[in-house]
Amino acid sequence: MILLQLFFEFFKTGLFAVGGGMATLPFLYDISARTGWYTTEMLADMIAVSESTPGPIGVNMATYVGFVTAGIPGAIIATLGLITPSIIIILLIARALKAFRENPTVEAAFYGLRPCSVGLIAAAGFLVIKLALFNTELYQASGKLIDLFDFKAIALAAVLLVCTRYVKKLKGLHPIFFILASAVIGIVCAF
Amino acid sequence: MKTLWELFLAFARVGVMTFGGGYAMIPILEREIVDRHGWATEEELMDYYAVGQCTPGVIAVNTATFIGYKLAGTVGGVVASLGIVFPSVIIITLIAGILTSFSEVPAVKSAFAGIRVCVCVLIFNAVLKLWKKAVVDKATLVLFLGVFLLSVFFSVSPIVFVVVCAVAGIVLTRMGVKGK
Repeated sequence: MILLQLFFEFFKTGLFAVGGGMATLPFLYDISARTGWYTTEMLADMIAVSESTPGPIGVNMATYVGFVTAGIPGAIIATLGLITPSIIIILLIARALKAFRENPTVEAAFYGLRPCSVGLIAAAGFLVIKLALFNTELYQASGKLIDLFDFKAIALAAVLLVCTRYVKKLKGLHPIFFILASAVIGIVCAF
Repeated sequence: MKTLWELFLAFARVGVMTFGGGYAMIPILEREIVDRHGWATEEELMDYYAVGQCTPGVIAVNTATFIGYKLAGTVGGVVASLGIVFPSVIIITLIAGILTSFSEVPAVKSAFAGIRVCVCVLIFNAVLKLWKKAVVDKATLVLFLGVFLLSVFFSVSPIVFVVVCAVAGIVLTRMGVKGK
C-alpha cells in the first residue's frame, strides 16, 4: 500500500516539478508535511547526500526518500514514479519536437512557470535556512531574541557564501568540496 | 537487443559520471553520445537539453528519453531512462542504508549540522542563478513574490502554483504585459 502511495506521490512530483532536480524540493517538503514519512531535518541531509553522489539530484533525492520510507523496494518505486511522467511526456513531444519548441502558447506558459519554479525553490530554501541557522525552538522556550540566532552556523554560512560566489579560486569548485568542508567544520566546531 | 543494451550501458555511465546533474552533465553526454557512439549531433543534443529543461521532470532523464527514442523508439526511450537512474538507485540505497544506522552518532550529527548550513548556501546560489532567467520583468517579479510568500506562510500544494502560473503566463503574454 505504501509503495502505491510512494509511486503516486513521486508521479505527481515528476509531473509538476518543472526546471530540473532542485525543482522537486518543494514537492518533497509537501510530501513530508502531509505524510510524515520523514522530517525536514532528514530532507536537508538528503539534499547534501544527493549533491555529493553521482547521478541527477532529483533522482537521487527520490531514491533516498523512497529508501527511508519503505526500504529498497521504496527506493526503486519512488524513482520509477518520478521518471514515468517524464518518459511519457518526452515520448509524446519527441514526435513533434520542432512544433513544441516554437509553439507560442508553450513559450507563454513557461514565461509564468519559470518565476513560479524559482519562488517554490526559494521557499524550500527558506525552510532549510530556518532549520540550519536559527534556533526557533530555543527562542520559543526562552523568549530571548539572542537565542534565536545560531551564530556559529550564521558565520559559516557567511564564509561559504563569500567562498562560493566571490573568491575566484574557489567559486568554480564542485559543491561536494564545500559540503565536505562543512562536515569537517561541523565536527571540529561541535555544531 | 544489442542496441538496447548499449543504450542502457551508455546512460548508466553518464549517470555514474555526473555529479549534481544540470549543466555538469553536458560535457559527459557529449563525450558519450556524440563522440563515442555518434547517436546524435551536438545540435540535436542541445535541442533535447533545451526542451528537457522546460518540460516537467529531471532534465537528465528527459534528455535520455529523447536520445533513446531517436535510436530505438519507445522501448529505447524507456531503456535509456532506466539506464541513467540505475547507478543512483544503487549508490543512494547503499549510502542511505549506512547513514541510517549511524545517524545517532554525535560526530555524524555535528557533520550534518555543518552540511545543512552548506545546503542553505547551495540552494541560495541555485535560486540566484535561476532568477536571472526567470524574473525578467515586473509581471514575473510579482509571480515570484506571490509564489514565495504564499508557500512560506501557507501550506498550499506546489501543484496549485504550477498550474496557476502556467495559465498566468499565457494570459499575461496575450495581454501584452510581457517585457514591461
